[in-house]
Amino acid sequence: MPPIPYWIRVCAMSEPPHSPQRLASPDEPVAQSRRLQPLAGPNWQAWERFKGNHGALFGGCFLILFLLVIALWPFLSPYQANAISDLQFGAPSWHHWFGTDVHGRDLFTRVAYGARISLLVGATGAAVSLAIGVLWGAVAGYAGGRWDSALMRTVDILYALPTIVFVIVVLTALNGLLENWETHGLPGWAIQPLRMLGLFGGLGAVSWLTMARIVRGQVLSLRSRPFVEASIALGATHTRVLLRSILPNLSGIIIVYLALSVPGIVLYESFLSYLGMGIQPPQASLGSLLAEGAEQINSVQVYWWVILFPAATLALTLLALNFVGDGLRDALDPRVRRQ
Amino acid sequence: MYFLKRLAFLPPLLLVIAFLAFVLVRVAPGGPFDKERKPASPEIERALLARYHLDEPILKQFGRFLGGLAQGDFGASLKYRNHTVSDIIAQALPVSMELGALAFLFALGFGLPAGVIAAMGRGRWSDYSLSFLALLAVCVPGFVAGPLLVLLFAIHWQVFPVALWGGAMNAVLPTVSLGLYFAGKVARLTREGMLEVLQMDFITAARAKGLSETQILLRHALRLAILPVVSYSGPMLADLLTGSFVVENLFQIPGIGVFMVNSALSRDYTMVVGLVLLYAILLLLLNLIVDAAYTVLDPRVRHE
Repeated sequence: MPPIPYWIRVCAMSEPPHSPQRLASPDEPVAQSRRLQPLAGPNWQAWERFKGNHGALFGGCFLILFLLVIALWPFLSPYQANAISDLQFGAPSWHHWFGTDVHGRDLFTRVAYGARISLLVGATGAAVSLAIGVLWGAVAGYAGGRWDSALMRTVDILYALPTIVFVIVVLTALNGLLENWETHGLPGWAIQPLRMLGLFGGLGAVSWLTMARIVRGQVLSLRSRPFVEASIALGATHTRVLLRSILPNLSGIIIVYLALSVPGIVLYESFLSYLGMGIQPPQASLGSLLAEGAEQINSVQVYWWVILFPAATLALTLLALNFVGDGLRDALDPRVRRQ
Repeated sequence: MYFLKRLAFLPPLLLVIAFLAFVLVRVAPGGPFDKERKPASPEIERALLARYHLDEPILKQFGRFLGGLAQGDFGASLKYRNHTVSDIIAQALPVSMELGALAFLFALGFGLPAGVIAAMGRGRWSDYSLSFLALLAVCVPGFVAGPLLVLLFAIHWQVFPVALWGGAMNAVLPTVSLGLYFAGKVARLTREGMLEVLQMDFITAARAKGLSETQILLRHALRLAILPVVSYSGPMLADLLTGSFVVENLFQIPGIGVFMVNSALSRDYTMVVGLVLLYAILLLLLNLIVDAAYTVLDPRVRHE
């Protein structure tokens, strides 16, 4: 008889694992009671732990709702994100839920638009940092020896460079490259998306260092485990060992770190926008909206809505992301001990 | 022995970092004489480049830079005429360090107790409210928190001055707006560390011995629980001591953080390299100190 697939065992599970019935009848043969015992796989256990975390569940629901709103709003909204009107600094009203900004643009529409860009920045930045960091760390940890020290010393050196200097240099280099292409006949409509891609890539390029360190540490400890040695002894190629034996065991910690790094990248983009190096107007991110709002803070007239709504949206989004990240870490990270 | 070895590794590491910064900033498009100091004619530009030896091959320039460095000279700033980089650092760094140290104390002073109290009341309202506040502090960018603090405390209630640097009163708002993020981070790290340590066997043993809860917390648990905070303090202090663009810009504080950003933006080559080296030295030394502190706090850690 073939072994019962994992998912069927999960679906057929009627009682929680380790229930007291397991010890109930001493007459029953031990082997049989073991075999009947449904097993919860590690993923299922992780999901159970995640479900038990109210903050994480709440954050996840908020994020899904939020994503729906910002994805659908362009189709529902009567306003264009960049449409200028005569109503400057209109207070929040039935027509403009979040009020209007210095150019009379509907702030709710702009916040929804900016949130999309911010989340895109966070997700892509995290993805870039994932690709570089995991590859770098996995190769360093797996190859060991000279490769390891060469790769990790590079990480140490990059760590010691101030991030802001590194970011500015990387971004200007990318922008210079774009201008160069533009003079060589790159069509104008392609510039803006490419510039944004450059920003995403640049942010990812400075945030992969911690990922590389974490992954290397995990790979180092995995490499000497029996199942990896067995796989090598059976003649598996290095690529296969890395992809089939090591990478799956890293997935938990990678997901956790990824979720925790998204808020950081979103926040960093807002700082860059404040410096004028991030998203260029009339495009908007939550950070650039905030920077525009912060400019309007003065002692004469307070347009509280231009700062409050973008700030609240950013804070809520980051809070939700952090809650989900914390929940994922508690659920997936093997290093977190359970009570 | 281990630490001596690492100390001996510092100079070559710094050399590589300096070289990297030296090359990176020169490779980036644009030059120091693009904007305000745009030369009127090609002849003048050539003369300017020759004056700062920027027309030489890059390796020769680096050799010249190292020669100056051996005498403690970072070179002349390309943007601020008649100022050397060492001049500017000597003027601006003490201010930033003072502010950074204050913000560091603020972050620890609020973050550590908040983290401990939150961990003690796990799952109760004290935990939820403190954890939420800490998360909020991490989620609100400094360029929002700063202006809001000014609006409330300086303009509305007029408790503290709006800007400038000098007296004790001037330091309050900048310290808070700079330290807020780090206080939140420290609180989160402390809480997590505390929760992890409180599950360990030696805490159960301490309880079994009949020690009071406070004694267990402060004498046994805290020592291990702050390890994540200790390892975070290295980068945190390096960041704080080298100034913050946002806070210095907002409060008109003559610190080094503004130079860090502006020099990179305006390709002030010598300035960038000087500041990068400064940051790197601080970070590497602080990390060394952190690792030394680790061995003192956690007897399980041994460096061979």
